Amino acid sequence: MDFGENVIDVTGLRRRYGPPGDEKKGFEAVRDISFRVGRGELFALLGTNGAGKTSTVELIEGLARPSGGTVRVLGHDPYGERRAVRPRIGVMLQEGGFPAELTVAETVRMWAGCTSGARPVAEALELVGLADRRTVRVKQLSGGERRRLDLALALLGRPEVLFLDEPTTGLDPEARHATWHLVRELRESGTTVLLTTHYLEEAEELADRVAIMDKGRIAASGTLAEVIAAHPARIRFTLPEGWYVGDLPPLAELGVDSYEQTGRGIELRTRELQRSLTGLLLWARDKDVELDGLDPRTASLEEAFLSIAGRAA
Amino acid sequence: MAVTERGEATGPGAAGPAPRGAAAVVATRLLALGRAEATLLKRNKTALYVALLMPVLMVWAMHSATAKLDLEKTGMSANEASITGAFGFVLLFAVYQNLSGAFVARREELVLKRLRTSEAGDAEILAGSALPAVGVALAQCVVLVVAGAAWLHLRVPARPDLLIAGFVLGVVLFVALAAVTATGARTAESAQLLSTPLLLLSVAGSGVAVPLKVMPDLVADICELLPMTPVVELMRGGWLGTLGLYETVGHLATALAWVVIAVFAVRKWFRWESRR
Repeated sequence: MDFGENVIDVTGLRRRYGPPGDEKKGFEAVRDISFRVGRGELFALLGTNGAGKTSTVELIEGLARPSGGTVRVLGHDPYGERRAVRPRIGVMLQEGGFPAELTVAETVRMWAGCTSGARPVAEALELVGLADRRTVRVKQLSGGERRRLDLALALLGRPEVLFLDEPTTGLDPEARHATWHLVRELRESGTTVLLTTHYLEEAEELADRVAIMDKGRIAASGTLAEVIAAHPARIRFTLPEGWYVGDLPPLAELGVDSYEQTGRGIELRTRELQRSLTGLLLWARDKDVELDGLDPRTASLEEAFLSIAGRAA
Repeated sequence: MAVTERGEATGPGAAGPAPRGAAAVVATRLLALGRAEATLLKRNKTALYVALLMPVLMVWAMHSATAKLDLEKTGMSANEASITGAFGFVLLFAVYQNLSGAFVARREELVLKRLRTSEAGDAEILAGSALPAVGVALAQCVVLVVAGAAWLHLRVPARPDLLIAGFVLGVVLFVALAAVTATGARTAESAQLLSTPLLLLSVAGSGVAVPLKVMPDLVADICELLPMTPVVELMRGGWLGTLGLYETVGHLATALAWVVIAVFAVRKWFRWESRR
């Protein structure tokens, strides 16, 4: 898919916490990240907790100045040119900040006063299904309702670019699907979306392209198909006492690209799962070998994610 | 759930009935923030009582003590000294202590961080949140002037310009100092504690409870440099007409210097986000 103009352009981005100048102290949460998001595209940043997703997104939202690299949102520096960028973006932070003692409607009204071309309060609440909670104080909302209130504020100014940091965390399945539906509709109406999530299903449902982050770096990126293709299917099993990898048929003949051995445990990686598995099972029947814990897995985003996250552990 | 159609016009302001000036947009944002903060102040009874009642209580408590001082050197009556000193109490309780707690509370609730993703600028966020406190302070000062002139036989303000200048400088300075104090506090309660030293110093040393002219010269000279002193002196002098040109310029300069220092400190050190 070609999305033309880059709405978000991130090059060599770095973010370090701790005393400046001292390389030994502090912690670098974002280490040399680059990616682009085209107009109308939905880009998902995936990663385990602590991978650096939020630290990255906050830089793109202009909440902090990067310690290295550049960010452009709609052609502007979101930190230095806040005024130019803010009216055109909508932000949902990982943790919404609302005064506990205001009601839902009061919160939206306050936000509307700070937003040019804001939707009417009722319409914004309708969008996220909170219309019947308008007179409830924020402190009495459930975690999921708070997330939806946050989403309503992000959508208030009909933004061109939407930042959603873990938008469905704490939502029940019904509300999660409603949010997905809403995000898809926004995307179809031309909104560019940068989403972070640790739900793989969410990325699979919504994203045009994904990047998997690990320890502050992008470990894999591309369309879902590309990311999955880069991480082949695998077959795990344990060989019984007295049998070795060398006893298997030549791996190339099975279509296996590579293998890994931990103790007696074997993991074969293949792009032709069916052919490899058939060959392996026929061999096992021939030799009357019991393959303990046989576990073939087809290539999936989850596999790609786990192999990256697992590599980190 | 449904997304309504995006209108034809997409430019800023195109959705409104007429294009609005930048100043009007800023005013809208300030009022929206101020309105929300006013609702919060109304619902926080402790903060509301401190802001509304403490200045009254302190003036009443201090009045008898002030009356016992030898006020001859000051050229003021006991009523004049305590009512004009009350401006200091107003700024300390309604503005300074109230806001240092409010800023911490908003920061810890992550409201300030969330607001920084909006179109409002940093200064607007703090100023808008300070509006209700400033409104309360303004109302109290007006009541003081009206009550003083109507019932306590004080004169009508001689130099309203200086009175207003003192108030404006005082408000800006103590809003900024509240933000500085909030930077060092983790909870609204610890903000109260952290605001106490400046509060006591101001009451004792800035002519709020004890007029400077009653003090030994050297002490008075030092006390003139405290942040609250020029504010109280300008407001007091503006009302009673006792300030010469030399003193006026000196107090204006001191107050401005404090404003510059405080605003610089906020820009440099204010924390917008909880450390959690």
